[in-house]
Amino acid sequence: MTETESQEQAAGLTQEGRFYSADRLHAMHDMMLFIRRFEEKAGQMYGLKKIGGFCHLCNGQEAVCVGIEEASDSNDYMTTSYRDHGHVLARGTAATSVMAELLGRAGGVVGGKGGSMHMFNVEKNFAGGNGIVGEQVPIGIGFGFASQYRDDKRVSITIMGDGGVNQGAVYESFNMAALWKLPVVFVIENNQYAMGTSLSRASAETHLYKRGISFKVPGIQVDGMDVLEVERKMSEAIEHARSGKGPMIVEMMTYRYRGHSMSDPATYRTRDEVNEWRSGRDPIVRLQKQMIEAGLASEAEFKQKDKDIKKDVAAAAKAAEAQPEPDLSALWDDVLTDEIPNAYPYPRQVG
Amino acid sequence: MAKITYREALNQAMCNEMERDDRVFLMGEEVADYNGAYKVSQGMLDKFGPKRVIDTPITELGFAGLGVGAAMAGLRPIIEFMTWNFAILAADQIVNAAAKMRYMTGGQYHCPMVFRGAGGAAARVSSQHSQSFENWYANIPGLKVVMPSNPADAKGLLTASIRDNDTVIFIENEINYGDISEVPEGDYIIPLGKADIKRVGTDITIVAHSRMTGYALAAAKELAKQGIEAEVVDPRTIRPLDEATILASVAKTNRALVVEEGWRFAGIGAEISARIMEKGFDDLDAPVTRVTGKDVPMPYAANLEKHALPSVAEIVEAARVTCNRA
Repeated sequence: MTETESQEQAAGLTQEGRFYSADRLHAMHDMMLFIRRFEEKAGQMYGLKKIGGFCHLCNGQEAVCVGIEEASDSNDYMTTSYRDHGHVLARGTAATSVMAELLGRAGGVVGGKGGSMHMFNVEKNFAGGNGIVGEQVPIGIGFGFASQYRDDKRVSITIMGDGGVNQGAVYESFNMAALWKLPVVFVIENNQYAMGTSLSRASAETHLYKRGISFKVPGIQVDGMDVLEVERKMSEAIEHARSGKGPMIVEMMTYRYRGHSMSDPATYRTRDEVNEWRSGRDPIVRLQKQMIEAGLASEAEFKQKDKDIKKDVAAAAKAAEAQPEPDLSALWDDVLTDEIPNAYPYPRQVG
Repeated sequence: MAKITYREALNQAMCNEMERDDRVFLMGEEVADYNGAYKVSQGMLDKFGPKRVIDTPITELGFAGLGVGAAMAGLRPIIEFMTWNFAILAADQIVNAAAKMRYMTGGQYHCPMVFRGAGGAAARVSSQHSQSFENWYANIPGLKVVMPSNPADAKGLLTASIRDNDTVIFIENEINYGDISEVPEGDYIIPLGKADIKRVGTDITIVAHSRMTGYALAAAKELAKQGIEAEVVDPRTIRPLDEATILASVAKTNRALVVEEGWRFAGIGAEISARIMEKGFDDLDAPVTRVTGKDVPMPYAANLEKHALPSVAEIVEAARVTCNRA
């Protein structure tokens, strides 16, 4: 039996000529729903003042997180901005350690040193979690450079927002990536707002996938609310980069349901606009409909899943909250790799 | 031991390390085809090829960040800034990314890399091209700041910096590039965080780094004629600082003068004199004095430029005052 024959017989659905098995669809759905419920929980914990500082949620953008992850190899590098919870979870990081990080606990993914904006997971090749807008883009091409240097065929997936794309560092990076044909996919999560500034108020060219034209970086626009389209188009872009053709831009049209950060009531958008995205284009509801229509799941099954996921998220939050804060001695850890004991400032001590 | 220039010493350190470790590469403006704006990378393209000696566009922020990412991925980048004046464009990557990466990631990632290039005033290049920024970087936890004052130190310290697992800010001096002196051949490494006593003396400690070490030595020669034996201490590594060597010298001489080319306010001299006050107060017979660059942007006119920089005469005078001999 050929692979195609086995796929035809297996349960699943085909979109634009690409087959997705039922198992894979369920996994994609479950991860999106997990991220949604995780972010809701994070919002709740923030409201209870258990999470401090800045906290940027990605509710609404789950298809981007999951679709990219589905399209990439676990060896591929990934860097993003501070809106990073969804991506670090999609890469396979334990929810408890992400929540513990949000709560500033010892078992946080970076030991409580970073918080919401600085999620990193080196084992999953997830390089943050970068807090300065656009900062991750030159770093991302650095990963691509390392891949080319070692010729190990890894692709660097470098994610930024529609705000970040106006930073000069992005164009310096487009230029070098194209000049040297670095294996980089630049993902622009266009959620329409850079904090409170709408795209049209900040960008002369609002079709962000065209931003690479003068650097000869090809770009495509993708419905970022459709996880299957994200997976498909990202697969093409990653293949393009992996095969040595150089970088590519993928603009994901998406929307964040919450404000820029927890302190943002998002009064710059109309309720109608938010509702249009939430009820009309929600990525989770959309996949559920597709799966029900294909006979791969029932509404009751999704309801049960939602209950289970909420339970899992609550359990992760509880476990995270039960963790101790970092030991005070951790303050001094990891400033340097090669400490110089007899030189000032003296490692691990005041004065 | 062969006599070679400061720039050749730097070149030797880079070549040796690139032969030793294939993760090391050199990237920057004009480092390859042009053989370096100051010829520090002369011949390296021929020796190592375009994969490891890489010309960049004029895009400091971009290639500094590329280096950070490459270091996080396990390579050992040497990122050359033509001068440190241009590195201000890359400060985000140095300060917000490289310096914090290990801490911010709970030890998961780190940036073993060297940012290097010419610092300080050159000759007649006026305000935007004549600046000392070591105090900026020395303020940042997570960075090491290294400044060699002669060819042998240039080689030994750059070797140590490339092998170091942290981000090293390696500030050279354009005026020193042509200096010639004996440099050990082959593998030569000077550990970071170790000061060097460049001249032994009993009457006053002069702490001076980079180009100012030479000025301090010239001043010491003049002072000797006047009966004052100055001890000249070159910290070599600005951060972390070998204060023990400085304090031991002050304990012996009971007087201290700090010389730096950069501006006085919140400068390296301010930090060193504060340390001497904090830890060597009882050893002092006089207040610590400072000779620094004047508090103005660097002017172009030859006489004004000369006036803006510290001079040997000023060091001599300050030492005499500190020794109650003025």
